[in-house]
Parts: sequence; C-alpha cells; structure tokens
Amino acid sequence: MALSIEDIKKVAHLARIAISDADTSATLTKLTGILGLIEQMQAVDTTGIVPMSHSQNLSQRLRNDVVTKTNLRDEFQKNAPKLGNGSTEPAVADGLYLVPKVIE
Amino acid sequence: MNQIDLTHFSLRQIAELLQSKKISSVELTQTFLARIKQYNPNINAYIALDEDKTLAQAQAADARIAAGNVTPLTGIPIAQKDIFCAKGWPTTCGSKMLAEFIAPYDAHVISQFDSAGAVNLGKTNMDEFAMGSSNETSYFGGVKNPWSYDRVPGGSSGGSAAAVAARLCAAATGTDTGGSIRQPASLCGLTGLKPTYGVVSRYGMIAFASSLDQAGPMAKSAEDCALMMNVMAGFDERDSTSLDRAKEDYCKDLHQPLRGLKIGLPKEFFAQGLDANVGKVIEAAISQYKKLGADIIEISLPNTGLSIPVYYVLAPAEASSNLSRYDGVRYGHRSAEYSDLMDMYCKSRAEGFGAEVKRRILIGTYVLSAGYYDAYYLKAQQIRRLIAQDFVEAFKQCDVIMGPAAPSTAFKAGEKVDDPVAMYLQDIYTISTNLAGLPGMSVPAGFAQSDDGKSLPVGLQIIGNYFDEARMLGVAHQYQQVTDWHKQAPNLDMPEGIA
Repeated sequence: MALSIEDIKKVAHLARIAISDADTSATLTKLTGILGLIEQMQAVDTTGIVPMSHSQNLSQRLRNDVVTKTNLRDEFQKNAPKLGNGSTEPAVADGLYLVPKVIE
Repeated sequence: MNQIDLTHFSLRQIAELLQSKKISSVELTQTFLARIKQYNPNINAYIALDEDKTLAQAQAADARIAAGNVTPLTGIPIAQKDIFCAKGWPTTCGSKMLAEFIAPYDAHVISQFDSAGAVNLGKTNMDEFAMGSSNETSYFGGVKNPWSYDRVPGGSSGGSAAAVAARLCAAATGTDTGGSIRQPASLCGLTGLKPTYGVVSRYGMIAFASSLDQAGPMAKSAEDCALMMNVMAGFDERDSTSLDRAKEDYCKDLHQPLRGLKIGLPKEFFAQGLDANVGKVIEAAISQYKKLGADIIEISLPNTGLSIPVYYVLAPAEASSNLSRYDGVRYGHRSAEYSDLMDMYCKSRAEGFGAEVKRRILIGTYVLSAGYYDAYYLKAQQIRRLIAQDFVEAFKQCDVIMGPAAPSTAFKAGEKVDDPVAMYLQDIYTISTNLAGLPGMSVPAGFAQSDDGKSLPVGLQIIGNYFDEARMLGVAHQYQQVTDWHKQAPNLDMPEGIA
C-alpha cells in the first residue's frame, strides 16, 4: 500500500518527532523504499503459524516482593537536561523534573 | 620489549607477561594509550577516553596481581562499545540525544569486566543507537577502516572493530542486533562472536530491539573471544531475558579435533548477491576445513531472503517503543526553545535523533499503528518462526553452518549512506541468526580483491545451535591453528590493504 505525505505527517506526530515539509517528502521516498522491501512478506502463506516473539520459550521470572533497588534519584538528576527557553539551569526542582505547564 | 609487538599479543600471552610481572598493567595500558593518541584522531574508533580513570584501574590491577588475586583478564585493557553504561563515563550510544549523558551506573557487562580486574580503555564509536552497518550514522562522525582509510569499518560496532584491527586495544566488546558484531568483524579482519540470545545480560546496555540485542566479544582470535566470553556470559536477574544456566568454560572445546564435524553450507548463502571474490575466499576456507577432517554437506535455509523484510518490521517496531523514553524530560537532549509539552517532545526528538534513527522510529510506529498490526507485525512474527524452523531442520543434518558473514568486503564511505535498502542488504547473512536467537561468529578467512585493486579482509561466518558457543569457538580455533589470517594486521601508516 502506497504511503502518502499525510501518512508521514500522521506517523511523525504519533512518534512525537517534529518534521518540516521539506523533510516530509524526502522521508516519504525513503520509507516507501523500505516498505517495498517489507512487502515481500505478503507473498508468504502464514496461515496457522504461531507468531514468534522470542527465541527462547520463557515465562516471566518472578521474584520475592522485596525492595531490591537503591534510591539513585540524586545521581539520576545530574543528567537532567537544561531547562531551555532562555534558561541553562537544570530542569529540576525539589527532586522533581520541570516541564511546561500541562494543567491550567 | 618492542611496544608494537605487545599490541599484537594474544590475551593469553599478555596475561602471562602481566602475571609473571615482566610488564605492569600500567605500562601495558600506557602503550595502548600512546598508540590511541597517535592513530585515533584519524581513525575515530574511540569517542570517549579518560586517562585518569583508565590508569587508576590499571594501578588497581597491578595491586591485585601483586596480591596474587588474578583472573585471566586482570590488567588487560579492553575497549567498550559506547552502548554500555559505565559509571562516571559518557555513554552516548553514538547519538546527539545522549551527547551529555554520564552513566550513573554500570552495565552488567562492565561490572563483569571490573570484577575480573580488566581495564576500561575507553568507549568506542558506533552507529547511532546501533542502527547501521557502516558506522556512518554516528553523531560523532564515521570510523575509518584501518585496512583502507577510504572504507567503512562496518557497523554498528565499527569503533570496536577498528580498535581491535588497529591494535588500539587488547580486545573489545560489541553488540549484535542484526549483524553488528559479525559484519564489522568481517570487514575489519577480526574474530567476533554473537552468543545465543540471553547468554550475556542486557542490563545497562542501551536498548535497540530487545528481542534481538545481544552483546559479545570482538578480538584477534577465537581463543581471545573464549576468554572474553568467560567474563561476559552469565545469569543476571536484572535482565528478565537473561538465561539462568550453569557457568560455562568457553575454552573447554578449543582443542577438540574436527574429524567428523558436519558442516552445513546453506545454498542460499552462496547465491546471487555474494561478491565473487568473497565467495572464493569462503570456498578456500571450507577446503581447509575438509583438510581438518570435517564433512561438508549442502543444506537449505529456504526463508533466508525473508529475514531482512521481517527484521525491518520487528527491529523498528521494538525500537520505536524502546526509544520513546527519549522525551527531553529527565535526561538526554531537550530543545532550547519550545512552547508547550508536546512541542518540547517533538522538537527534542527531532533535534536529538539522526536521520536513520528517525526513519526506523517512523517505520516502527507505522507498522504498529492501528489497522496495520496484523499485516506487518504479526505477519513478521509468523515468518520469524519459519526462519527459526529452517535452522531447527538444518541442525538435524549438521553440527555447524558456514558461509560468508557479509556479501562484500568493506565498501567506500558515503557509498550507501543515501540508500537505506542497499545498506540493509549488508546483513543478509547475519540477520536470520538474530531472529532465531542462535549464536554466530565471524572468523578472518583471507583477503579479497576490491574493484580498485585493494586486498581487504573477508570473514567466514560460523553459525551454531543454541548454546554451542564453546564448540564454535573450538571450530574457529582449530582453523586458526593452521591459518594465519587472524594474525594479519593493517599498516596504519600505509593502509592500502595487503598486496
């Protein structure tokens, strides 16, 4: 099935990637080529074949419900990005991360 | 002792020198650091070096040796692919997204090397988020193939491959999602092993496609890879797909004779698309195995051609999910200017990811989106089973499978960078083993002439059954006892291939 400019814009939005109009048409060309490669799959009859998600047939391991992780929040927050919009301060305050206001 | 010689030594030889105190780890490490200083600015194999940290580890290793508390890798300088978190080290995965990221903890692989007393020599360059077969998608620039500086080293573990080939480390780590250890090992003339899925923990290894990603060693010989595997492999409860198996000695089959070994040659690996000169080298390697007493049989892996289409559904689908964590909120790149939260996400991701990573996220998002799931994702998972089943049938007839690791020798930088589909075909012989979860390796098998008259390395691929790494390493080691392809090293001051 052929991809359109609208498809690219929709998928880019779903993926939360800003895309310019110029990039949209270049991306359309490349993705059309890749989907052409993928289309080869449609020639295969897969009726009744159980999908394989993993090479080893494992069930999820269970563990005892005890605390195993140590609190590394301060360590992790050293990697916080710069706040942006004119501020080069780290985007953290009181152990929380700062993002634009989402609730009025 | 001649310093150049030292960098060519095997891990076992280096370990002997260290443990008999003929050389200290600090001296050895300084030898490699000096060589890195001389050649890395051109080759660009390393993207993070920290002499103080590295030498502190070397000093600690010397103290361990003095105290008699040694393992085979104590004091040996190892290059780490920049996909592994190493506490206090920049860990970028080759991306602008993580250009400022300092790992707050160690990957399991890194802590295994630390416990063994190995020295972290630095972080190696790679395709961005391990997506690529040429190392050209790295935010930190491409890597030159030490055999010919106009060529790519392969990818995604291109920095590790170039570092081993150029003798800028004693050995290195890599990761392989669709061929990222074996294809660069082939293009750079070294020995690399992708273990069975689940043998090496993925904890702290930045995720690309979690059902396919597997770490493994890249080194000068099969024996070196076996020693590396003894450190890297093992159960880790922090990785939910780590396999809880008894500890194994990967050196145990190195000296097994090959008489009666059944080698399967998949006819699909020698069909159209294989460079004729590469094909001749592989045939010569197979003849060598016949001389060693192996029996050769033709087999078929009929669904090989479907492995690339299947992979380019499953890997991008998993990647689109894994990479959704990079949102500019808690770590990674955040755009300098944005209006609302949605704008912050979209701009941060648009700026932080390179073109190939964005393509794969978009493909993955598309194949998982409403209405297409059955046609793409489910279909790919069904064909994945057919591909895995091909191997089950094949291993009823043979002990190991052999063929080329890559369809050509190293190609020129820039040659495929604008044609993703041509780039993807580099992994035609390697991807099926990832889909099946099987172990695969690439072993130097000789040199093939390129169009412009350069002789460039060719890798023989060995594919084994699940958990057959020790046997495969033995199969490679026996070959390396009667050939010296793995001992060839490029002349870094005149890298024109070998005559």
